[in-house]
Amino acid sequence: MDSNNLIINLTDISFSYPGSPKVLDNLDLQLSRYDKVGLIGPNGSGKTTLFHIIMGLLKPLSGKIEIFGKTAKEEKDFISVRRKIGLLFQDADDQLFSPTVLEDVAFGPLNLGRSRDEAVDIARKTLDFLDLGEFEDRLTYKLSGGEKRLVSLATVLAMEPETLLLDEPTTGLDEKTKTKIKKTLCELDLSYILISHDLDLLFEITDSIYTIKNGKIIVDDKVHLHQHTHAHPHGLYSHKHK
Amino acid sequence: MAIEELTNINSLINRIDPRAKIIEVFFFSIVVAVSNSLSVLLSALIISLGIILTAGIRAKEIFRRLVPVNIMIIFLWFFLPFTTEGKPLFNIGTLAVTHEGLIYAFRISIKSNAMMLMLISLIASTPIFTLGHAMLELKMPKKLVHLFFFTYRYIHVMDKEYIRLINAIKMRGFRPGTNLHTYRTFAYIVGMLLIKSFDRMQRVRNAMLCRGFKGNFYTIRDLSFKKIDAVSIVLMIAILIVLGVMEWTAIT
Repeated sequence: MDSNNLIINLTDISFSYPGSPKVLDNLDLQLSRYDKVGLIGPNGSGKTTLFHIIMGLLKPLSGKIEIFGKTAKEEKDFISVRRKIGLLFQDADDQLFSPTVLEDVAFGPLNLGRSRDEAVDIARKTLDFLDLGEFEDRLTYKLSGGEKRLVSLATVLAMEPETLLLDEPTTGLDEKTKTKIKKTLCELDLSYILISHDLDLLFEITDSIYTIKNGKIIVDDKVHLHQHTHAHPHGLYSHKHK
Repeated sequence: MAIEELTNINSLINRIDPRAKIIEVFFFSIVVAVSNSLSVLLSALIISLGIILTAGIRAKEIFRRLVPVNIMIIFLWFFLPFTTEGKPLFNIGTLAVTHEGLIYAFRISIKSNAMMLMLISLIASTPIFTLGHAMLELKMPKKLVHLFFFTYRYIHVMDKEYIRLINAIKMRGFRPGTNLHTYRTFAYIVGMLLIKSFDRMQRVRNAMLCRGFKGNFYTIRDLSFKKIDAVSIVLMIAILIVLGVMEWTAIT
């Protein structure tokens, strides 16, 4: 593996929540530029925990975190990590806290030291990219579940990250919104790790699928080709096969 | 839950700079709170009424907001006329109603309503975020403003969570009664809400950290102090001076 292209390099990461058995047990994970990785595993297997460790929101008990070739240990090391890696949270209500959509999307760029005009400009462009242009003055708490998820994605993309960590981005969404998120991820030339229980989605938009099991990452090199049958109720909600 | 429904009204008052509004309400409330003369208080009430009429708020909305304050005041009317020392006016059973007690209760009623009307017409017509921004501009403590702002943002989420919990217990046949089971269930709900809001607080904080939050809020809107704001402040100062003079001459 070319070490210059290595974005995330975790070695021997262990983690447990107080009073619980180890969730992550000497876990190793590598992500290189242009990698599109799917991550599957049962509920409670530590997928979200892993993301939070990469972002420095949780401190591992042991192990080494290297992001873009730099070791990240302290809170201050993670400040630059968070500029380059965008995390999309499971619950959009956690991510959106500003009153209006535009303000929320501009929040990240403003924190990165952009001027007000630049931040608004970036926010507008990001919203337009996601076809959310007419949403800018909407109140965040009045959006529907799918709209909230798309706006959350916009808030992450407005930071202009190089890598995305997506925590179940399509769970609970209808086919239309799901397709939109899928399309966006395909158009963006970013590397990402995507947690999902939706195997069809993973086969469509990721190149390799990792499984998390007993606190370790298991790499499935061979993507198993399979056939599946499913119903398209009312025809209206049919989706396109790529 | 509806909090900001008054902010879309296009009235002259709504166009006043929020900083001017906060300052005006603040000083008006102080003057009304310390005044004792009935003529001053009645004038203040009439002024608030006059201002709220120009604010273009529907009467129903005004009453809806006055009800909670006045429920509190009703309780004062139950006690104050009987417990304040003074000249007895008439007796109810063995209890004497005093002249001073009645005046005291009356005074509190007018004070609260005058302040409340002023708050409704000036503050309730301002979007919360603009208000928070104005508070920061007025150099109020940052933590206080953040607290105020997050309370507003997440009160809806808490409300939804509460309704979800209530629905969950209803679905399983819960009917409140006067028994230990009811008390315990409500205690569980309150406890659950606290824990859930604590969890959410941490997740929101995490989400903010991920987006580079360093303890500052930046706004994308500018506040501008215009002529109308200066006029409104001068008017308010004039009103307060008149009220102050009336109060001062009433005592001496």
